[in-house]
Amino acid sequence: MQIALFIIFGLLAVAGALNLLFQRHPINSALSLIVVMMSLAVLYFSLGAEFLAAAQVIVYSGAVMVLFVFVIMLLNAGEEEETRGSRMAYIAGIPGAAAVFCLLTFLFLKEREALGTTHLRDALSGTVSNITEVSHQLFTSFLLPFEVTSVLILVAILGAVVLARKES
Amino acid sequence: MIHLSPIQIFLLLTAVKIAVVLGITLTAVAYTVLVERKVLGRMQNRWGPSRVGPFGLLQPLADGIKLFLKEDMMPLAVERLLFILAPIIALACALISIAMVPFSRQTLVTVGGTSVDIGQVANLNIGLLVILGITSIGVYGIALSGWSSNNKYSLFGSLRASAQLVSYELALGLSLVGVVLRAGSLSLRTIVDSQSAHGALSWNFFGGFQFVAFFIYLMAAYAETNRAPFDLPEAESELVAGYHTEYSSMKFAMFFMAEYANMITVACVATVMFFGGAGSPFGHIFDGFGNGLIAGFLFGAMWFVAKVLVFILLYIWVRGTLPRFRYDQLMKFGWTFLLPVAMVNILATALALAYRAP
Repeated sequence: MQIALFIIFGLLAVAGALNLLFQRHPINSALSLIVVMMSLAVLYFSLGAEFLAAAQVIVYSGAVMVLFVFVIMLLNAGEEEETRGSRMAYIAGIPGAAAVFCLLTFLFLKEREALGTTHLRDALSGTVSNITEVSHQLFTSFLLPFEVTSVLILVAILGAVVLARKES
Repeated sequence: MIHLSPIQIFLLLTAVKIAVVLGITLTAVAYTVLVERKVLGRMQNRWGPSRVGPFGLLQPLADGIKLFLKEDMMPLAVERLLFILAPIIALACALISIAMVPFSRQTLVTVGGTSVDIGQVANLNIGLLVILGITSIGVYGIALSGWSSNNKYSLFGSLRASAQLVSYELALGLSLVGVVLRAGSLSLRTIVDSQSAHGALSWNFFGGFQFVAFFIYLMAAYAETNRAPFDLPEAESELVAGYHTEYSSMKFAMFFMAEYANMITVACVATVMFFGGAGSPFGHIFDGFGNGLIAGFLFGAMWFVAKVLVFILLYIWVRGTLPRFRYDQLMKFGWTFLLPVAMVNILATALALAYRAP
């Protein structure tokens, strides 16, 4: 079951990512990105990280990408144009992406023992709730990073307010 | 007799459950439309539909046939793929969330060694988050329909709808946190069970002191479903029909069904979160009626349907009573009133729980 889910949604994620790159119109690219994020959410879920999956859907697909689509609609952005810079990006980008891909694959395969494995079984029976686990870790061992992150987000919001405010 | 492995039986039974629940939901959608037209008619001192069948009861059927047989117009300037995809996204998202709702008490039926709960399609331990997530995906149906229509009224409608949905989602999510804190779980089944001790007295609305949260939820939910008084995305006096101006035939019907299916889902979630789901308001006094397995199931389902029906009637009543908000009023109300009150409610609930905890 887990293998089946992984194959289907892994392929979907890769197809979405490729489509994101090949589409000329920004709204199609944005929609492909949503497909990628939803597939990732299913993969997280199948690994037993159901809270992460839900957060991925709510935060990324439901909020961040809605803003992307919203801005694209509002600006009525047209199709992208080819410039000299974009040709440069083709030449430098494809080998670069291939190098990063090879590096990541190598690392994951080499450190497979250290990364460990997990199963769908526990998550779907509803006996183990990793929300409790995650929140326990978050509010005991990682309290300081958690609070610092919230301050960081607050700073970002304040920055946005300052930028958006009209000078009187 | 064909021998099936347990996983095959499980999949088969789940498919049957999904089919039955979908059928019931779609019928409920059709009759919600009829109830709305009838009740709204009486509120405005007229009859409402009364010609097709006794009391107009066959009107949904006639409407369905009419919409099905209408010509499916597609303007030449639309983005074809997205134009077709948008109503499908809207309807699918509206119908998926009903899967998490426990509409009766847990009833295990054993078929061929595999037991399934017929009181609920899927009991996930993150059920509530899944519902919220799917609601947030539903925005795309509306946003894309307006953009792909290539029509300025549609675009305005969908921009309004997206802004409104994103703003009110926050208040909606936060209003439910108090209930989650009380139940200590995101599974809707556990939330229902946590309210079943003393009937109406232990419902979150009464015994749990979550009535502030409930009213925030109610208002945010009206905005989420684009219903009056928050129906700016399809304000007919300014935007023709808003985001679905260019849609006709079954594609229009899909938006229409999505709106009413959303209404039903929101009513179900309100019932589950604040009014004890399938629990009887009289606690365990009348449990004698529901002794058998099936009788107990029907007894629970009866209370659930009754509660949902009350919410639907409330929806219609509000629609018949309140005028539409202005756009700036809508945003101001959501961000400066509902959101802070929801946060204060979370704080108060958390403090009360911490005080009572040993």
